[in-house]
Amino acid sequence: MIHVLAFYLFAILVVSSGALTILSRNPVHSVLWLILAFFNAAGLMILLGAEFIAMLLVIVYVGAVAVLFLFVVMMLDIDFAELRAGFVSYLPFGLLIALVLLAEIVLGIGLWSAGPIELAQRAAPATPDESNIKAIGALLYTRYIFLFEAAGIVLLVAMIGAIVLTHRARGGVKGQNIARQNRRRPQDAVRNINQPAGQGVEL
Amino acid sequence: MIGLQHYMVVSAILFVMGVLGIFINRKNVIIILMAIELILLSVNINLVAFSAFLGDLVGQVFSMFVLTVAAGEAAIGLAILVIYFRGRGTIAVDDVNRMKG
Repeated sequence: MIHVLAFYLFAILVVSSGALTILSRNPVHSVLWLILAFFNAAGLMILLGAEFIAMLLVIVYVGAVAVLFLFVVMMLDIDFAELRAGFVSYLPFGLLIALVLLAEIVLGIGLWSAGPIELAQRAAPATPDESNIKAIGALLYTRYIFLFEAAGIVLLVAMIGAIVLTHRARGGVKGQNIARQNRRRPQDAVRNINQPAGQGVEL
Repeated sequence: MIGLQHYMVVSAILFVMGVLGIFINRKNVIIILMAIELILLSVNINLVAFSAFLGDLVGQVFSMFVLTVAAGEAAIGLAILVIYFRGRGTIAVDDVNRMKG
Protein backbone atom coordinates (compact mmCIF):
# COMPACT_ATOMS: atom_id res chain seq x y z
CA MET A 1 0.00 0.00 0.00
CA ILE A 2 2.69 2.45 0.99
CA HIS A 3 4.58 1.45 -2.14
CA VAL A 4 1.63 2.31 -4.37
CA LEU A 5 1.12 5.61 -2.56
CA ALA A 6 4.79 6.54 -2.87
CA PHE A 7 4.80 5.62 -6.56
CA TYR A 8 1.84 7.87 -7.32
CA LEU A 9 3.29 10.70 -5.23
CA PHE A 10 6.64 10.58 -7.03
CA ALA A 11 5.08 10.02 -10.45
CA ILE A 12 2.65 12.94 -10.17
CA LEU A 13 5.35 15.22 -8.80
CA VAL A 14 7.88 14.30 -11.48
CA VAL A 15 5.36 14.85 -14.28
CA SER A 16 3.99 18.12 -12.92
CA SER A 17 7.42 19.57 -12.21
CA GLY A 18 8.48 18.52 -15.70
CA ALA A 19 5.51 20.42 -17.09
CA LEU A 20 6.33 23.48 -15.01
CA THR A 21 9.95 23.29 -16.20
CA ILE A 22 8.95 23.87 -19.79
CA LEU A 23 6.08 26.28 -19.05
CA SER A 24 7.69 28.63 -16.53
CA ARG A 25 8.00 32.27 -17.46
CA ASN A 26 11.30 32.69 -15.63
CA PRO A 27 14.21 30.34 -16.49
CA VAL A 28 15.42 30.41 -12.89
CA HIS A 29 12.08 28.92 -11.85
CA SER A 30 12.50 26.42 -14.69
CA VAL A 31 15.80 25.24 -13.25
CA LEU A 32 14.30 24.91 -9.78
CA TRP A 33 11.40 22.83 -11.15
CA LEU A 34 13.95 20.70 -13.02
CA ILE A 35 15.72 20.06 -9.71
CA LEU A 36 12.42 18.95 -8.16
CA ALA A 37 11.84 16.63 -11.13
CA PHE A 38 15.30 15.09 -10.62
CA PHE A 39 14.65 14.53 -6.92
CA ASN A 40 11.35 12.80 -7.61
CA ALA A 41 12.89 10.67 -10.35
CA ALA A 42 15.49 9.63 -7.77
CA GLY A 43 12.57 8.65 -5.51
CA LEU A 44 11.13 6.49 -8.29
CA MET A 45 14.47 4.77 -8.69
CA ILE A 46 14.67 4.12 -4.95
CA LEU A 47 11.26 2.46 -5.26
CA LEU A 48 12.67 0.28 -8.02
CA GLY A 49 15.56 -0.77 -5.81
CA ALA A 50 18.24 1.06 -7.78
CA GLU A 51 19.87 2.99 -4.95
CA PHE A 52 23.11 3.62 -6.81
CA ILE A 53 21.42 5.29 -9.78
CA ALA A 54 19.21 7.29 -7.41
CA MET A 55 22.23 8.65 -5.54
CA LEU A 56 24.01 9.30 -8.83
CA LEU A 57 20.97 11.23 -10.04
CA VAL A 58 20.98 13.44 -6.96
CA ILE A 59 24.75 14.00 -7.04
CA VAL A 60 25.30 14.43 -10.78
CA TYR A 61 22.06 16.00 -11.94
CA VAL A 62 21.11 18.12 -8.93
CA GLY A 63 24.63 18.76 -7.72
CA ALA A 64 26.35 19.47 -11.02
CA VAL A 65 24.09 19.86 -14.04
CA ALA A 66 21.31 21.89 -12.40
CA VAL A 67 23.83 24.16 -10.68
CA LEU A 68 25.55 24.65 -14.05
CA PHE A 69 22.21 25.67 -15.56
CA LEU A 70 21.52 28.08 -12.69
CA PHE A 71 25.00 29.53 -13.05
CA VAL A 72 24.58 30.19 -16.77
CA VAL A 73 21.03 31.57 -16.42
CA MET A 74 22.17 34.02 -13.78
CA MET A 75 25.48 34.90 -15.47
CA LEU A 76 24.03 35.88 -18.85
CA ASP A 77 22.06 39.10 -18.87
CA ILE A 78 19.21 38.06 -21.15
CA ASP A 79 15.86 39.64 -21.87
CA PHE A 80 13.73 36.54 -21.39
CA ALA A 81 10.46 38.28 -22.20
CA GLU A 82 11.65 38.80 -25.76
CA LEU A 83 12.67 35.15 -26.08
CA ARG A 84 9.20 34.13 -25.00
CA ALA A 85 7.58 35.80 -28.00
CA GLY A 86 5.88 33.25 -30.21
CA PHE A 87 5.24 30.92 -27.27
CA VAL A 88 1.49 31.00 -27.79
CA SER A 89 1.73 30.59 -31.55
CA TYR A 90 3.93 27.51 -31.19
CA LEU A 91 1.70 26.00 -28.50
CA PRO A 92 -1.11 24.43 -30.61
CA PHE A 93 1.24 22.70 -33.03
CA GLY A 94 3.51 21.55 -30.21
CA LEU A 95 0.57 20.20 -28.23
CA LEU A 96 -0.67 18.37 -31.32
CA ILE A 97 2.72 16.73 -31.91
CA ALA A 98 3.06 15.90 -28.22
CA LEU A 99 -0.41 14.35 -27.99
CA VAL A 100 0.17 12.23 -31.09
CA LEU A 101 3.54 11.09 -29.76
CA LEU A 102 2.10 10.29 -26.33
CA ALA A 103 -0.82 8.38 -27.83
CA GLU A 104 1.55 6.34 -29.96
CA ILE A 105 3.87 5.53 -27.08
CA VAL A 106 1.07 4.63 -24.65
CA LEU A 107 -0.59 2.52 -27.34
CA GLY A 108 2.72 0.79 -27.89
CA ILE A 109 3.11 0.14 -24.16
CA GLY A 110 -0.44 -1.19 -24.03
CA LEU A 111 0.17 -3.57 -26.90
CA TRP A 112 3.62 -4.49 -25.72
CA SER A 113 4.16 -7.95 -24.46
CA ALA A 114 7.63 -9.28 -24.26
CA GLY A 115 6.54 -12.87 -24.44
CA PRO A 116 8.06 -15.34 -22.05
CA ILE A 117 11.07 -13.77 -20.40
CA GLU A 118 13.99 -16.14 -20.61
CA LEU A 119 15.55 -15.52 -17.26
CA ALA A 120 18.50 -17.73 -18.12
CA GLN A 121 19.45 -15.27 -20.86
CA ARG A 122 20.07 -12.38 -18.49
CA ALA A 123 23.47 -10.78 -18.85
CA ALA A 124 23.96 -9.95 -15.17
CA PRO A 125 21.31 -11.45 -12.90
CA ALA A 126 20.71 -9.49 -9.72
CA THR A 127 21.19 -11.49 -6.55
CA PRO A 128 18.63 -10.58 -3.90
CA ASP A 129 20.97 -10.96 -0.91
CA GLU A 130 23.59 -8.58 -2.30
CA SER A 131 23.18 -4.82 -2.02
CA ASN A 132 22.58 -2.91 -5.25
CA ILE A 133 25.66 -0.74 -4.91
CA LYS A 134 27.95 -3.71 -4.28
CA ALA A 135 26.55 -5.63 -7.25
CA ILE A 136 26.88 -2.67 -9.63
CA GLY A 137 30.39 -1.96 -8.40
CA ALA A 138 31.42 -5.57 -8.97
CA LEU A 139 29.93 -5.46 -12.46
CA LEU A 140 31.37 -2.07 -13.36
CA TYR A 141 34.95 -2.80 -12.31
CA THR A 142 35.15 -6.25 -13.91
CA ARG A 143 33.07 -6.94 -16.97
CA TYR A 144 32.33 -3.36 -17.97
CA ILE A 145 35.67 -1.82 -17.07
CA PHE A 146 36.40 -0.66 -20.63
CA LEU A 147 32.98 0.95 -20.94
CA PHE A 148 33.57 2.61 -17.59
CA GLU A 149 36.84 4.04 -18.88
CA ALA A 150 35.10 5.13 -22.08
CA ALA A 151 32.65 7.09 -19.91
CA GLY A 152 35.64 8.72 -18.24
CA ILE A 153 37.02 9.69 -21.65
CA VAL A 154 33.64 11.20 -22.59
CA LEU A 155 33.78 13.33 -19.46
CA LEU A 156 37.40 14.32 -20.19
CA VAL A 157 36.49 15.37 -23.74
CA ALA A 158 33.52 17.36 -22.40
CA MET A 159 35.74 19.09 -19.85
CA ILE A 160 38.47 19.97 -22.36
CA GLY A 161 35.85 21.03 -24.90
CA ALA A 162 34.14 23.36 -22.45
CA ILE A 163 37.46 24.93 -21.46
CA VAL A 164 38.64 25.34 -25.07
CA LEU A 165 35.32 26.87 -26.11
CA THR A 166 35.03 29.42 -23.34
CA HIS A 167 38.70 30.30 -22.90
CA ARG A 168 39.80 33.59 -24.36
CA ALA A 169 43.24 35.18 -24.41
CA ARG A 170 42.82 38.65 -23.06
CA GLY A 171 45.06 41.44 -24.39
CA GLY A 172 46.88 43.86 -22.11
CA VAL A 173 47.55 41.38 -19.34
CA LYS A 174 51.09 41.52 -17.92
CA GLY A 175 52.29 38.04 -17.12
CA GLN A 176 55.64 36.53 -16.34
CA ASN A 177 57.32 34.75 -19.26
CA ILE A 178 60.04 32.67 -17.64
CA ALA A 179 61.58 31.42 -20.89
CA ARG A 180 61.98 34.99 -22.09
CA GLN A 181 63.50 36.04 -18.79
CA ASN A 182 66.04 33.25 -18.95
CA ARG A 183 66.90 34.01 -22.58
CA ARG A 184 67.78 37.61 -21.81
CA ARG A 185 71.57 38.26 -21.71
CA PRO A 186 73.44 41.29 -20.27
CA GLN A 187 74.94 42.24 -23.66
CA ASP A 188 71.43 42.63 -25.11
CA ALA A 189 70.05 44.57 -22.20
CA VAL A 190 72.87 46.74 -20.86
CA ARG A 191 74.76 49.43 -22.77
CA ASN A 192 77.72 51.43 -21.52
CA ILE A 193 78.05 54.87 -23.09
CA ASN A 194 80.37 57.73 -22.49
CA GLN A 195 77.93 60.57 -22.09
CA PRO A 196 79.34 63.95 -23.12
CA ALA A 197 78.41 66.79 -20.81
CA GLY A 198 75.80 69.33 -21.99
CA GLN A 199 74.00 67.06 -24.46
CA GLY A 200 70.73 65.28 -24.18
CA VAL A 201 70.56 61.69 -23.17
CA GLU A 202 69.65 59.25 -25.90
CA LEU A 203 67.04 56.85 -24.66
CA MET B 1 0.20 -3.39 -7.59
CA ILE B 2 2.62 -1.18 -9.48
CA GLY B 3 3.93 -2.93 -12.56
CA LEU B 4 6.44 -2.21 -15.27
CA GLN B 5 3.83 -0.50 -17.41
CA HIS B 6 3.16 2.17 -14.77
CA TYR B 7 6.81 3.19 -14.88
CA MET B 8 6.79 3.08 -18.67
CA VAL B 9 3.80 5.42 -18.80
CA VAL B 10 5.48 7.90 -16.43
CA SER B 11 8.59 7.75 -18.57
CA ALA B 12 6.55 8.24 -21.76
CA ILE B 13 4.78 11.30 -20.31
CA LEU B 14 8.10 12.80 -19.24
CA PHE B 15 9.58 12.12 -22.69
CA VAL B 16 6.68 13.82 -24.43
CA MET B 17 7.00 16.73 -22.01
CA GLY B 18 10.60 17.16 -23.12
CA VAL B 19 9.63 17.09 -26.80
CA LEU B 20 6.87 19.63 -26.15
CA GLY B 21 9.37 21.83 -24.32
CA ILE B 22 11.61 21.86 -27.39
CA PHE B 23 8.66 22.79 -29.59
CA ILE B 24 7.17 25.62 -27.58
CA ASN B 25 10.37 27.29 -26.33
CA ARG B 26 11.89 27.43 -29.77
CA LYS B 27 13.88 30.61 -29.15
CA ASN B 28 15.25 29.97 -25.68
CA VAL B 29 18.21 27.57 -25.87
CA ILE B 30 18.49 27.24 -22.10
CA ILE B 31 14.98 25.80 -21.84
CA ILE B 32 15.67 23.57 -24.86
CA LEU B 33 18.71 22.15 -23.05
CA MET B 34 16.58 21.56 -19.95
CA ALA B 35 14.00 19.77 -22.11
CA ILE B 36 16.76 17.51 -23.45
CA GLU B 37 17.71 16.75 -19.84
CA LEU B 38 14.07 15.79 -19.18
CA ILE B 39 14.12 13.43 -22.18
CA LEU B 40 17.31 11.76 -20.97
CA LEU B 41 15.82 11.47 -17.47
CA SER B 42 12.79 9.67 -18.88
CA VAL B 43 15.09 7.29 -20.76
CA ASN B 44 16.90 6.60 -17.51
CA ILE B 45 13.63 5.83 -15.71
CA ASN B 46 12.74 3.41 -18.49
CA LEU B 47 16.11 1.65 -18.37
CA VAL B 48 16.08 1.31 -14.59
CA ALA B 49 12.47 0.08 -14.56
CA PHE B 50 13.26 -2.66 -17.07
CA SER B 51 16.42 -3.52 -15.17
CA ALA B 52 14.50 -3.86 -11.90
CA PHE B 53 11.62 -5.89 -13.31
CA LEU B 54 13.82 -8.26 -15.29
CA GLY B 55 16.30 -8.64 -12.43
CA ASP B 56 19.16 -7.75 -14.73
CA LEU B 57 21.73 -5.19 -13.57
CA VAL B 58 23.03 -4.24 -17.03
CA GLY B 59 20.22 -1.74 -17.46
CA GLN B 60 21.45 0.21 -14.46
CA VAL B 61 25.03 0.16 -15.76
CA PHE B 62 23.79 1.50 -19.10
CA SER B 63 21.74 4.13 -17.30
CA MET B 64 24.96 5.34 -15.72
CA PHE B 65 26.46 5.89 -19.16
CA VAL B 66 23.39 7.82 -20.25
CA LEU B 67 23.90 10.00 -17.18
CA THR B 68 27.54 10.59 -18.16
CA VAL B 69 26.62 11.62 -21.68
CA ALA B 70 23.87 13.91 -20.34
CA ALA B 71 26.36 15.68 -18.07
CA GLY B 72 28.85 16.12 -20.90
CA GLU B 73 26.17 17.36 -23.25
CA ALA B 74 24.96 19.94 -20.74
CA ALA B 75 28.50 21.20 -20.17
CA ILE B 76 29.31 21.54 -23.89
CA GLY B 77 25.88 23.01 -24.70
CA LEU B 78 26.17 25.68 -22.04
CA ALA B 79 29.74 26.48 -23.12
CA ILE B 80 28.54 27.01 -26.70
CA LEU B 81 25.71 29.15 -25.31
CA VAL B 82 28.14 31.32 -23.36
CA ILE B 83 30.39 32.01 -26.38
CA TYR B 84 27.34 32.62 -28.57
CA PHE B 85 26.06 35.17 -26.07
CA ARG B 86 29.49 36.78 -25.84
CA GLY B 87 29.60 37.36 -29.57
CA ARG B 88 25.97 38.24 -30.21
CA GLY B 89 24.58 39.71 -26.99
CA THR B 90 21.48 37.52 -27.16
CA ILE B 91 20.69 33.82 -27.11
CA ALA B 92 17.82 33.88 -29.60
CA VAL B 93 18.51 30.83 -31.77
CA ASP B 94 16.46 32.06 -34.72
CA ASP B 95 19.52 33.40 -36.50
CA VAL B 96 21.99 30.74 -35.40
CA ASN B 97 22.60 29.82 -39.04
CA ARG B 98 24.70 32.95 -39.29
CA MET B 99 27.22 31.09 -37.14
CA LYS B 100 28.34 28.84 -39.99
CA GLY B 101 31.75 29.18 -41.53
